[in-house]
Amino acid sequence: MTVAVNPAQTGEPVFYLADEHPHPEGYSTSLGFWIYLMSDCLIFAMLFAAFGVLGANYAAGPAPKDLFDLNLVAVNTSMLLLSSITYGFAMLTMQQNKIAQTQMWLLITGLFGAAFIGIELTEFAHMIHEGATPQRSAFLSAFFTLVGTHGLHVSCGLIWLVTLMVQVWRFGLIEANRRRLMCLSMFWHFLDVVWIGVFTFVYLLGVLR
Amino acid sequence: MSTDTHAAHADGHHHDDGHAHSTFSGYMLGFVLSVVLTAIPFWLVMSGTLPSKQVTALVIMAFAVVQIVVHMIYFLHMSPKSENGWSMMALIFTIVMVVIALSGSLWVMNHLNSNMMPMHEMTGMK
Repeated sequence: MTVAVNPAQTGEPVFYLADEHPHPEGYSTSLGFWIYLMSDCLIFAMLFAAFGVLGANYAAGPAPKDLFDLNLVAVNTSMLLLSSITYGFAMLTMQQNKIAQTQMWLLITGLFGAAFIGIELTEFAHMIHEGATPQRSAFLSAFFTLVGTHGLHVSCGLIWLVTLMVQVWRFGLIEANRRRLMCLSMFWHFLDVVWIGVFTFVYLLGVLR
Repeated sequence: MSTDTHAAHADGHHHDDGHAHSTFSGYMLGFVLSVVLTAIPFWLVMSGTLPSKQVTALVIMAFAVVQIVVHMIYFLHMSPKSENGWSMMALIFTIVMVVIALSGSLWVMNHLNSNMMPMHEMTGMK
């Protein structure tokens, strides 16, 4: 409802919004979710800053050159990149209302995501087995915090993905499910953006150092 | 009165439902660009083609920045128009905060490191 401040006066009346006019449900979800992603981006910026400050303090422990296997990181990066494009295909088939194909692309995305987490956990286990634990040096603390937080995000994304697959299976591609898939799409692609920073600053520059 | 102003208001205020109109060619272009922009930095570091480490570091950082922009445009569908420009505003604000946090931390800690008394002098001071 709009209320005229001075209705008696002739000429240009001044209005202000007393109530918002009705909005469709969930119309502001994507902007709100985008702002959440931006706050997440600040978390990662702080972890990158911590890694930038501490990343060269090895405390006579292993350096990136001794620990990182760039071939493995390249495989891992391609897993995440492939999962991004398959999620894109899921969104495209969702727009065409093809439920079965959407579910199939979501499943493939989830498998790539799970492969990414699996490779990362293997890498962590290998490092810890070699004595490169988070307690070993400031570099390793910062490394495990930054890369681990990213991995935790991807794991949560996987849980979310499975949840949405069940939702789509039970209720179909209803408006609410489309909105949820849209949010997860932003989340998933955003994690890929963060990973660009991780493989560049942590792995490539670390090995280069 | 109320209906008139409401109609006038609704006219100038389009509800962007936020559903970006993604296309197959858009996703594929983004994907191919990302593969190229990922493969080159990995190749540069693993083969050590460039003569100096500083140059290699600068080049791979430039590739990362370009790839982040590619992801933003083709996968996250960022454009100045989406959500009436509010998502772009949030992004610009975040980038400003990230630049301040990163450059500030590195600058301050670098000065702190160079002004700190070396460890071996500290141990001899008892």
